[in-house]
Amino acid sequence: MAVGLSGFAFGVTSAGAGLSLAQTCALSLLVFTGASQFALVGALGAGGNPAAAVAGALFLGVRNAFYGLRLSHLLRLPRAVRPFAAQWIIDETSAVAMAQPDRDSARLGFTVTGASLYTLWNLSTFLGALGAAALGDPSAWGLDAAGPAAFLALLASMLRGRQEALVAFLAVVLALACLPLLPAGVPVLVAALAAPIALTFTRREEAHR
Amino acid sequence: MTVWIAIAVTALGCYAVKLLGISVPAGLLDRPLVRRTAALVPIAMLAALTAIQTFGSGQALVVDARAAGVAAAAVALLLRAPFLVVVAVAVVVTAAIRALTG
Repeated sequence: MAVGLSGFAFGVTSAGAGLSLAQTCALSLLVFTGASQFALVGALGAGGNPAAAVAGALFLGVRNAFYGLRLSHLLRLPRAVRPFAAQWIIDETSAVAMAQPDRDSARLGFTVTGASLYTLWNLSTFLGALGAAALGDPSAWGLDAAGPAAFLALLASMLRGRQEALVAFLAVVLALACLPLLPAGVPVLVAALAAPIALTFTRREEAHR
Repeated sequence: MTVWIAIAVTALGCYAVKLLGISVPAGLLDRPLVRRTAALVPIAMLAALTAIQTFGSGQALVVDARAAGVAAAAVALLLRAPFLVVVAVAVVVTAAIRALTG
């Protein structure tokens, strides 16, 4: 994925959600994992409970732990370097490192991808937030559609098989069914249950075969 | 102020999760079921976020210009458009429909 471009979209979305330039840039510098950032500003912008907004962002960040697990085998970084490398563990750096044939090129790939994406992501966030501020009222321009479109694009890159499609479908049904009933931010957390539900469902199906 | 606290907690939490992954001994989290669940949870949440931010208005469900914008983005995705084009299509279609019906 073109990170520079999605950083721009994040800057625009975050400014549209009412976050200041400093808050938007702080998120990209300190959080540096796109889906969580989009989720946080989306939930805050919709007036959601901040605790539920944070919980949603953290849930989305959990997959980075599993990238880290695979990278620790692959890169075998010295203990002292790990706290610095950790911040760069995201979808793209993991994909690049895992695609390399040996440890040296995996380390090089991880470092080069991490450094360039971190720079690009933060620069483009800054530019996006500045640009959105110049435009004024976000909903007048349709900028409130940028968030869901970005989620859809991230989702599309993860949809590979039947199980993934089932999870996405269940999650949409759960989220929309809960939206009128539960406080803002909570329906997304309920929808996360679609993952274990679909897993149980498809495992039983496999067992019957 | 609340927003800054939310940013700080998210930043610390997301960093902790990254550091945990690269620091824990292998085998502790590396079970097929755990790994599979961790791969599926983001899919569930992104699907839910897409639906809620497309059709949610406070606690009500509405179909408005955003729905058309996101539908246009889906078409752009099917045509393998790059990320920014997908987002731009959604924004432009939503704005155009608002301008036409406004």
